[in-house]
Amino acid sequence: MWDGEAAVAALPTVLEGFGVTLVATVLGFAVAAVLGLALALIQRAGPVWLALPVRGAAGFVRSTPLLVQLFAVWVLVPGLDAPVLGVLVLGVHYATYLSEVYRTGIDAVPKGQWEACTALSLPRRRVWRAVVLPQAVRKVLPPLGNYAVSMFKETPLLSVITVHEMVHEANTYGSTHFAYLESFTLAAAVFLLASWPTSVLVRRLEARLAH
Amino acid sequence: MADFLPELGRAAPRLADGLLVTVEATVLGAALALVLAYALGLLSRSARPPVRGAARLVVEFFRGTSLYVQLFWLFFALPMLGFRLEPLACGVLALGLNFGAYGSEVVRGAVAAVPRAQTEAAIALGMGPALRLRRVVLPQAHALMVAPFKNLLIQLLKATPLLSLVTVPDLTFQIDQLRSSTGATAASYLLLLGLYFGLAVVLSLGMNALERAAKARAGQEGGV
Amino acid sequence: MPTEDLAVRFDRVTKRYGDHTVLDGLDLEVARGERVTLIGPSGSGKTTILRLLMTLERVTDGVIHVAGQPFSHMPGRTPGKLVPASERHLAGRRRRIGMVFQQFNLFPHMSVLDNVVEAPVHVLGESRDEAARRARDLLELVGLADKVDARPTRLSGGQQQRVAIARALAMRPEILLLDEVTSALDPELVAEVLDVLRDVAHRTDITLLCVTHEMGFARDVSDRILMFDGGRIIESGPADELLEAPTEERTRAFLGSVR
Repeated sequence: MWDGEAAVAALPTVLEGFGVTLVATVLGFAVAAVLGLALALIQRAGPVWLALPVRGAAGFVRSTPLLVQLFAVWVLVPGLDAPVLGVLVLGVHYATYLSEVYRTGIDAVPKGQWEACTALSLPRRRVWRAVVLPQAVRKVLPPLGNYAVSMFKETPLLSVITVHEMVHEANTYGSTHFAYLESFTLAAAVFLLASWPTSVLVRRLEARLAH
Repeated sequence: MADFLPELGRAAPRLADGLLVTVEATVLGAALALVLAYALGLLSRSARPPVRGAARLVVEFFRGTSLYVQLFWLFFALPMLGFRLEPLACGVLALGLNFGAYGSEVVRGAVAAVPRAQTEAAIALGMGPALRLRRVVLPQAHALMVAPFKNLLIQLLKATPLLSLVTVPDLTFQIDQLRSSTGATAASYLLLLGLYFGLAVVLSLGMNALERAAKARAGQEGGV
Repeated sequence: MPTEDLAVRFDRVTKRYGDHTVLDGLDLEVARGERVTLIGPSGSGKTTILRLLMTLERVTDGVIHVAGQPFSHMPGRTPGKLVPASERHLAGRRRRIGMVFQQFNLFPHMSVLDNVVEAPVHVLGESRDEAARRARDLLELVGLADKVDARPTRLSGGQQQRVAIARALAMRPEILLLDEVTSALDPELVAEVLDVLRDVAHRTDITLLCVTHEMGFARDVSDRILMFDGGRIIESGPADELLEAPTEERTRAFLGSVR
């Protein structure tokens, strides 16, 4: 049965893990946001010999399980610290989702905008930086927010490569103190408390940008 | 590599078993998720605020608490309350609850996207609420659900390796055994990724066919 | 007029959306078999009257009676007191009324025939064969006998609207509401729809309430025309009189603008 004292005792450990979870999410998402944009731009504006293989590789990474990718990279790429490797794999996996988000956002910029740029003879760099990307951002921000939240909820996977994030900590604490019920319930509560407000914020943002 | 192929041949029956478990978890998880998605999605459009509120609460809870925690909670914590489920049942339940919550948003959105005028036309023909939903709104909403459901189904498939962490002998579990017995790490994981990719492609193609059929039935462009 | 001879009676009906009053204490009586056309500038509350009758909206105040019985309301627990109608009360009574919409609102996932057959089978409980036979007759009446198996989205606007008319008639309504049924049509398709409606008006004794900007049609089918402005009837009379010699300045201005 539920033991209040055990829950209180488990709290510091779980919260320590939450710190790691949060850092992994922020860093992983930074990697995903930058790499995702690069993937989108290559597929959209890069030379065909590069765009096609990149699209294929991104599709493969997107369609295969993150867990298996983590295992594979962990065993096959020695010499990297678990947290660094975890953040990189998480970042690359989500970059393949985000590149689709960026592509949709870029495609949503009306054709007339491109034609106006041609009519003004704007250089290509300027077209992207000053016209297309600023307009695409409106479409892109809400889904980026949603992916940040779902990445946050997928970070427990990093525990399989020994990163001491929250679920790993909850598991260890649960097994050493025989308090699985308390430690995992706490972890669930922390996830809920952190992700629900964020989801609400994203929905607000979506409503505001819709106009 | 020279040792790997004969080992692979010997391990083939176990890999087939693992593949079957993965497919089983995907199909059962998706079936449970589909039922929950409909129930929660329709209830969260109820005219009664308490019903709507309760449905929203359940959805937010299972969306917000992370599939991983839900699975581990069912496997490790639930027995401490006196309920012990089979590992596969834990997995199917966690997948169903989590993806059911996400799917309910799809159902809710699709039903909301059917024009209000369709409901009004049904009212003008004397159709009651249940008949309107069954005969007019849902058939049109289905066509809008297939594409988002396809994404969720692929996500669900990709989440099944998690079950190997709670001792379910799925594809990942079996190939991991093969890897440790042969030491052919690269080959094992490449094979594993390739198999999941193949499964994802098969699901994708199936759902695409379903989407074309649903759109044709709903009388949308591109239909026959 | 004795109330049982009235198809429709609005008793001090008010409809407000927030602070905006669309209908303000409206009294309106329509006799059985009477054809009434509502005209007036947009936003004057004409369409709201049809939507209230079809129960697509609820009244804010006042009571609507249909066939001499309370319609928007039903008897409450206290004798003599009326309370807003429940969904069940409405479900039984709205079958007397049919409606044709500006945007047709055909069901895109059903064939033309199924659109017409749907409600007789599932609401009235008719057998499918019987309903299909009648549906074919009605589609013949509206000139679409060759389109029974087509999808609505493959039809022109005029054809879709004629299917919608057949669909409404299939329920054998005592009262038919026509809400700007030609407003969404290209000009060359208006005539085919109006011809069908003239035909329906002449062949049946159905009570008609229509909102339209087609004054020629209004003159052909209506016994009475009501001019609306600001949620009130400002002038009413026989079609010829009101169209030829309106007494109100606002009616004259409105008629001048639509001709």
